Amino acid sequence: MTANNATENSLLRTARVTIRFGGLTAVSNLDLEIGRNELVGLIGPNGAGKTTVFNLITGVYQPTEGGIFFDGQSITGSKAYRITARGIARTFQNIRLFPSLTAFDNVRTAFHLHLQGDVRHALWRGRSFWDEEERIGEQVLELLEIFHLGKFRDAPARSLSYGDQRRLEIVRALAARPKLLLLDEPAAGMNSSEKTDLMRLIQFIKGKFQISVLLVEHDMQVVMGICERIAVLDYGVKIAEGRPDEVRRNPKVIEAYLGENP
Amino acid sequence: MKFRHAKLLLLVALAVSLLVSLFASQINPYALFIFYNIGINIILAVSLNLINGYTGQFSLGHAGFMAVGAYTAAVITNQFGAVNPVASEALFLSALLAGGLVAAMVGLLVGLPTLRLKGDYLAIVTLGFGEIIRVIFQNMNAVGAARGLSVMHGWTNCFWVFGFAALTVYVVTALVHSTYGRGFIAVRDDEVAAEAMGINTTKYKVTAFVIGAFFAGIAGGLYAHAIQFLTPGGFGFMLSITFVVMVILGGMGNTPGVIFAAALLTLMPEGLRKLAGYPHLGWIGDTRMIIYSLLLIVLMLTRPQGLFTWRQKYKGAAP
Repeated sequence: MTANNATENSLLRTARVTIRFGGLTAVSNLDLEIGRNELVGLIGPNGAGKTTVFNLITGVYQPTEGGIFFDGQSITGSKAYRITARGIARTFQNIRLFPSLTAFDNVRTAFHLHLQGDVRHALWRGRSFWDEEERIGEQVLELLEIFHLGKFRDAPARSLSYGDQRRLEIVRALAARPKLLLLDEPAAGMNSSEKTDLMRLIQFIKGKFQISVLLVEHDMQVVMGICERIAVLDYGVKIAEGRPDEVRRNPKVIEAYLGENP
Repeated sequence: MKFRHAKLLLLVALAVSLLVSLFASQINPYALFIFYNIGINIILAVSLNLINGYTGQFSLGHAGFMAVGAYTAAVITNQFGAVNPVASEALFLSALLAGGLVAAMVGLLVGLPTLRLKGDYLAIVTLGFGEIIRVIFQNMNAVGAARGLSVMHGWTNCFWVFGFAALTVYVVTALVHSTYGRGFIAVRDDEVAAEAMGINTTKYKVTAFVIGAFFAGIAGGLYAHAIQFLTPGGFGFMLSITFVVMVILGGMGNTPGVIFAAALLTLMPEGLRKLAGYPHLGWIGDTRMIIYSLLLIVLMLTRPQGLFTWRQKYKGAAP
């Protein structure tokens, strides 16, 4: 289980990752690989363990067995904030913005990772402090503008509409300058035209920021529409993997979703 | 507000408090003592606001940190007899800083293991810590145990009280008004999300706790040299509750509001005492604390979000 046997092009690799909660094995022996600038989907019925996989990758949970490798190094057992600093950022299934902070400040918190100065900087408030704050402010605004959220810069995040909150959460994740972006059910609660916008948005992000995306999604329209590769989980076990059209025809997948053919 | 001229404001505040302290002999001692209390309570409430208000960690141990600072500073200055005025100021400053540093170290020791806890649990643990501090002083013969400790020098003056009050306000506001400092509010709003954005939440919480404890220790030293007599019973958990009330009344994470609430809650009991001196109002003297409590209840019912929070409706909870 060394990182070296990973191929040059691999960004994230989980090696036989297992996690048990008491007697329940939520994820079992999962091998998953994500390449650079690749858009991978992770699907499965309710309770299949998709979000658990996210929480394992981002350090919210520690795997019971197995290892996780990112960019050639093991991140198994690392704290969540260290993993983010390494270059994995995420969104949450149930939106988790900082509700009392403005849209601007929500994005600004992510720049915390790239700060040159620390507490002393903020207390002394010298020239370098203001220069840095100004630079960060410009970058935040630029990001907000790209996603048409500029007009909400001074509005508290909780006052934004659902769709805007979803987008703001993605912007905040991008502000951490990740190499891998994890999106947890971004299409949840969206109508069909919003879903089309979302698909465009995800592809735009991937192209513009040159990053890899791992997408957990329920919605087949979205997943089949944009993912280059799809992995299917059922009861914590990977039952299929491949291109969208392959997965769609896989009898195991059909069975997991619709039940056994009588 | 970008808090751009912060350092200038701090200097102005320091100059004003120095100026006032030069004329302090003109003010009657009772009013002066109330004035000191206002400044000391501002330091305590604003520093607690960093922990409870901005970082969202419910601490009930502020009186404990204040006691540590008070006793440390008093023990240091009590070692010296009569000294010349310049030396006394330098000595006083060092004693205050020592009190603050010891309180900050205690804050670090208490904070590291306990800040993993959340909400009610943290409140209970910090409450227990405050009581432990009180009981330790109560049984420490070197500082007079339950008999109390006389503080020889009445060195507290307007300059030190309001200078440190201004410094506390500056430090807390400057911290929070920075990209670094938005992390405190992020921790309060959503710890999981903050962690996912690369914020070391434990470090932030401990930082808030240590800075808060430092200023509580300074306030303790100022209090010791104003009242000139310390009893462990004076640092009970009711005192911590008073500071929490100031923070909640002022609005969690709203520094101007908290400053106002600290002044108001210091003046209110004294104002009622004054009222009782008028004819036909003598009954206020007996029911003073009941009226005070009723006023608190009314304020809480009518403005649960804090006295001044309306101002920030569109800016988010933090100023």
